[in-house]
Amino acid sequence: MKRLTRRTVLAAAPSLLAQRVLPAAAAKKYDTGVTDTEIKLGNTAFYTGPASSYGTIGKAMAAYYRMINEQGGVNGRKITFLSYDDAYSPPKTVEQTRRLVEQDGVFLMASPLGTPTNSATQHYLNQKKVPQLFVATGATKWDDPKHFPWTIGWQPNYQSEGRIYAAYILKNKPDGKIGVLYQNDDFGKDYLKGVKDGIGEKGPAKVVLEASYETTDPTVDSQVVSMKAAGCDVFVNTAIPKFAAQAIRKAAELEWKPLHVISSVGNSVATVLKPAGLENSKDLISDFYLKDPTDPQWKDDAGYKWWLGFMEKYYPEGDKTDVFNVYGPSVAATVVQVLKQCGDELTRENVMTQAASLHDFTVPMLLPGIKINTSPSDFAPVKQVQMGRFSGERWELFGELLSGAVNG
Amino acid sequence: MELLLQQVMAGLATGGIYALMALAVVMIYQAIDHLNFAQGEMAMFSTFIAWQLMQWGQPYWVAFAIAVAVSFLGGVAIERILFRPIHNAPILSSIVAFIALFSILNSGAGYLFDYTIKEFPTPFGNKPFLGSALIGTHQAGMIAVSLGMLALLYLFFRGTRLGLAMRAAAANPESARLVGIRVGWMTALGWGMAAAIGAVAGVLIAPVVFLEPNMMLGVLLYGFAGAVLGGLTSPGGAVFGGFAMGIIENLAGTFIPYVGRELKLTIALVLIVAVLMVRPSGIFGRRSVVRV
Amino acid sequence: MNMPSEEIVVKKPAALSPVAAARDANLDSALRRPVIIAAALVVTLVVPLFVRSFITFQLTQVMVYALAILGLNLLTGYNGQFSLGHSAFYGIGAYTAAILMSRWNIPYFSTLPAAGLLCFAVGFLFGLPALRLQGLYLALATFALAVAMPQILKFSPLEWLTGGVQGLVIDKPDPPFDLPIDADQWLYYFTLAVLVLMFAAAANLVNSRSGRAIMAIRDNPIAAAAMGINTALYKTLTFGVSALYTGVAGALGAIVVQFVAPDSFSFFLSVSFLVGLVIGGVGSIAGCLVGGLFVLYVPNIAESVSTGLAGVVYGVILLLVIFVMPDGAAGFARLTRARLARATQPLITKGRSS
Repeated sequence: MKRLTRRTVLAAAPSLLAQRVLPAAAAKKYDTGVTDTEIKLGNTAFYTGPASSYGTIGKAMAAYYRMINEQGGVNGRKITFLSYDDAYSPPKTVEQTRRLVEQDGVFLMASPLGTPTNSATQHYLNQKKVPQLFVATGATKWDDPKHFPWTIGWQPNYQSEGRIYAAYILKNKPDGKIGVLYQNDDFGKDYLKGVKDGIGEKGPAKVVLEASYETTDPTVDSQVVSMKAAGCDVFVNTAIPKFAAQAIRKAAELEWKPLHVISSVGNSVATVLKPAGLENSKDLISDFYLKDPTDPQWKDDAGYKWWLGFMEKYYPEGDKTDVFNVYGPSVAATVVQVLKQCGDELTRENVMTQAASLHDFTVPMLLPGIKINTSPSDFAPVKQVQMGRFSGERWELFGELLSGAVNG
Repeated sequence: MELLLQQVMAGLATGGIYALMALAVVMIYQAIDHLNFAQGEMAMFSTFIAWQLMQWGQPYWVAFAIAVAVSFLGGVAIERILFRPIHNAPILSSIVAFIALFSILNSGAGYLFDYTIKEFPTPFGNKPFLGSALIGTHQAGMIAVSLGMLALLYLFFRGTRLGLAMRAAAANPESARLVGIRVGWMTALGWGMAAAIGAVAGVLIAPVVFLEPNMMLGVLLYGFAGAVLGGLTSPGGAVFGGFAMGIIENLAGTFIPYVGRELKLTIALVLIVAVLMVRPSGIFGRRSVVRV
Repeated sequence: MNMPSEEIVVKKPAALSPVAAARDANLDSALRRPVIIAAALVVTLVVPLFVRSFITFQLTQVMVYALAILGLNLLTGYNGQFSLGHSAFYGIGAYTAAILMSRWNIPYFSTLPAAGLLCFAVGFLFGLPALRLQGLYLALATFALAVAMPQILKFSPLEWLTGGVQGLVIDKPDPPFDLPIDADQWLYYFTLAVLVLMFAAAANLVNSRSGRAIMAIRDNPIAAAAMGINTALYKTLTFGVSALYTGVAGALGAIVVQFVAPDSFSFFLSVSFLVGLVIGGVGSIAGCLVGGLFVLYVPNIAESVSTGLAGVVYGVILLLVIFVMPDGAAGFARLTRARLARATQPLITKGRSS
């Protein structure tokens, strides 16, 4: 930050005025973590602990920032991406976040991972006025600019998705008896709420069984057995990959064929459906906003080809069938877009202003037609999804882009 | 009534998993008088070895045999290298050593094989067993293997000299030494056997829960609880306890109104503690008398 | 020797720390030297004024963990009752503070006694049935407690109180009387004061008659009972006091981190306490500080060596420490002092057996 003398104020005055009109000609304004050559980004993710399968998201993001640096950086500045492990433990997240903000002096928190982990730091980051940018979770609470102006989510939130599933069920099985499988924590209960709110009083369809599981449970077989026994003919499966796969397989073993809706968290062909059995996964319904890298329909798609090249060059040890590795670069690209829009005015306040001014922005691996839009009252960048049905080999997308936006 | 039967059957099926784990836990407890926190991770790592061998083209039974053999040797090595130097340390220090082993194996597996779930084949197939959709042929196979291993262990410990030597070494090391038993190697052998049993358990469990580095954590918890319920001195009790855990957990989750679904693990453990109040050494355990 | 007809396995009494009685006060007696105490006091008082508030925050957490480990130490180290359930007491203390502060605006310092009392009651009540259990069976019972706690905290009907899966957010208390320090530094001093008080109380307890009774129960319960010690009363009281200490630590922890969520208080936390206890030295009060330092900093060190293999590095460090210091830091300190003493006085001890 330049010292504020009379001369610098006078010199800056015209360019400050011009900033609104000509962002490129603006004076340089930096907050902590930014210099002429560097922007420091902070991140927490779970590389160890019970949810460590998500850790690859952090690595994919790091790879993306490496690519940006090799291409010249953002407006000439290289990105330093510091990502620390919090083992899915909120107190550890607080510690690592404080280290990033107070010791490492990062500019902002870029896509920290996890729902309870981000809940722990939300208060702190908003108090310190450090952007909690594009958090890598779908909890509905991140879309609340009035109370938490420094926090913004990215993906369609879980309650919106739940409502979309509810709408689909009401349309296709209006008298269904619904069983919901959910993880007994923040993230799972968000989905459950969305489904229940979506069904509401709107039809003979009812949620008759809410079956939860813990991440330390070995299997969810018992829950599936209960659902079949309760006479459910609709199964909303919001579980994470391991349990989603177990549930799909158990349902098949029990020869139970409900209308099986699976969430975007568990619809990856390679990491969920294949282990569960492609035959068993036939007729599964889900919602998508990202392209599944194993889907042959994207073989010649420009976005997919770019992504494949990116993976091969910058993250060769990453699994090219894992949709988490699609998620990582997509969020990172949005962060980079915001930084680009800031130009030389790299203040935290401007970051939030720019984050709230995304217009029809897209990244290569978003489904065609899905656009990112934000505004000061709309902190839900990706709102749209498209439904798909699994043919036994691949997901076949159908219908229009849906948006079930629920605010936090 | 039908739901009750279904949940009992399903409970037996998952209970088979816990029973296998409980057996490995009790085995090592008998050999070294400590609880091995890393038992689950050792089993998981062995299963990954088998999986990797199959990825490299080995047929199932070859991979299985090699994995079990490697696990046996690994168990012996761990005992000789890691635990022998600290066997005079307080018990709690050994427990921390187990925790360290847990951390190393878990993190190592994640690094080598990553965290996405993998399918693991079963030698028993996955058809419904005897026509019932609730117990598949694989689950039936698991139960058969648990009982079979139990029988083998019983015969080994009761009927062979080596088995007797191992029991003596664990029960009273000093007296055992005085009659010429090489206590150190007995302990190592116990470790090797426990590791081998763990490998068998892992290989049978993975087809049900999917292979990934964190697959054994919950299983070990339930297995440990089952072993304690049955009595840590009784392998048969451990197997019984494992099955019981599966059934209790399922029934608690299904039938206890309102609280059951969210608190089923709690309820299962509370029941076990209640049982321990009445039989402090587990249902089939032997009382241990301490000499002043 | 006749074997009775029922199957009984005869074992020797297994003390949890065979030489604990001899060494339990050694690190502490070293610290009793006034010079060392004064120097340590000056350093701890002055440190937060010179370091970044993040470091102050970390040091405050170290003290919180040290206090929690001391609670476990009282039960397991001094009284021989193996507990895997202290994460539950820590969680109860944390939630007590969080609920009182966020729902009823109770000032933060009042939450500590409340948390302590509640945990004492819970610990005492748990200690009663625990009397029947030994060794690993007791471990399972405490383990059940540790596993049950997050589930109970997430339990829907209690959501109005606990905040359910979302957890509770707490505001950081401001320094009183407009002192010229920031909130982090104030919390540091507050925690330090509580720590010193409770450590002193524990040292007092351990060196008193009650303390000796407690340790006698650990080393040889039958002999202790034969000598007239009311083992049942002491064991349950120790459970209560141990829970009290860890509960107060939990309350402090909640205030420092400003957030509580059910899954933060899982079984893994109990394991961390156990590791800290052993590394610091079972049966050593001052060792708890070393344990707290270890629990906070070593995972960070492991991560900085290699993110992908952080767990392996952590495990290796743990093993190395156990190999080099099987009796923990306190035991190691005692050994070093003994060796130094022997090295500096060879002529005097010649001819005497050690």
